[in-house]
Amino acid sequence: MLTFLALASVVLLGIVPEQSQAIVIYTGWERHALVGSDIRLSCSFFSWRWTSEDVTFSWTYRPDGSRDSISIFHYTGGVPYVDNKGPFRDRLEFVGNPGRRDGSILLKNLEFTDNGTFTCDAKNPPDIVGRPSSVRLLVFEKVPIQAGVITGAIIGVVLGLLVLIVVIYYLMRFLVARRVFSLSVSKHGKKKKEGSQQRQGPVPPADPSKIKV
Amino acid sequence: MLLLLLGIILLHLAALVLLFVSTIVSVWSTSETSTSDLWRNCSTAVNGEYHCNPASTGEWIQAVQAVMILSIIFSCLSLLLFFCQLFTLQKGGRFFLTGTFQILASLFVMSGAIIYTVTSHYWVLGTYAFGYSYILAWVAFPLALISGLIYVILRKRE
Repeated sequence: MLTFLALASVVLLGIVPEQSQAIVIYTGWERHALVGSDIRLSCSFFSWRWTSEDVTFSWTYRPDGSRDSISIFHYTGGVPYVDNKGPFRDRLEFVGNPGRRDGSILLKNLEFTDNGTFTCDAKNPPDIVGRPSSVRLLVFEKVPIQAGVITGAIIGVVLGLLVLIVVIYYLMRFLVARRVFSLSVSKHGKKKKEGSQQRQGPVPPADPSKIKV
Repeated sequence: MLLLLLGIILLHLAALVLLFVSTIVSVWSTSETSTSDLWRNCSTAVNGEYHCNPASTGEWIQAVQAVMILSIIFSCLSLLLFFCQLFTLQKGGRFFLTGTFQILASLFVMSGAIIYTVTSHYWVLGTYAFGYSYILAWVAFPLALISGLIYVILRKRE
């Protein structure tokens, strides 16, 4: 009875996960870029199975405000097929490594019309059940300054200068105090020497008279 | 003597309170349907909704924000220094440090108000008039300046 239960549980554990496996695809959530620059859209996946030779990657593009998607990239049978008719002809390059489950593409020379959603779909046979993942591309004319950066910078600089001035002031006071202290020591030493010389002066003439007597 | 001390402290506190109100309350410029300040633009839409947006991330408004905050910080520091110096300064000494900080605070308010006056059309759209927080900032400037000058000429007695 117990052995039957053990065998059944091992078999069930062996079968069930295979059926509930699904491929999980990762892309970014949102990407910002400047007009005229290049951007790399990354796509990778997680699968319980080894990476098969028939792994496929495909990218589709949906412009902002449009409902239609257009396919712009497909990798299958070990060969990448790049868009040569659509909006990204001559601007798309495959920079991924399918062996390492990386299906990233490089978009060159971005334009304002490239604003939109890019969807990556990867399949790793026999693991083909999965949800494609999307990344939104935003193209800017110039990078907007984040709120509070300049505020923080000005406040930081002024307070930093204040702290610096206070530190320098106390440092100067400390140094001058030390110098004053050492000055008075040397003066005191000089005074001592002069005083002893004066005392020695009148003493010698007195001695010969004493010795004579 | 005590009366003089109280008067000076009240003047300083008045300037400080004006600075706080001016920086925090949202009425630097007003128009018929909206008010805006250093931190956000609030407007009443046509259907009666009251809706606030964060102030645009422009360079000049951030500079005004920073300068107003700095003036508050310097004014508070000057108040603390006043109490410190009250007990530690030797007889006949002047409250130079306190006065310096207070004068710096007043200069910051002045520059903040000037920058806002000159560049406010960049982020307040439409026709607008200046609100009472703006006026309070301009009033805080001479109060702080006078307070700082009083500190500089004041001498400590026994």
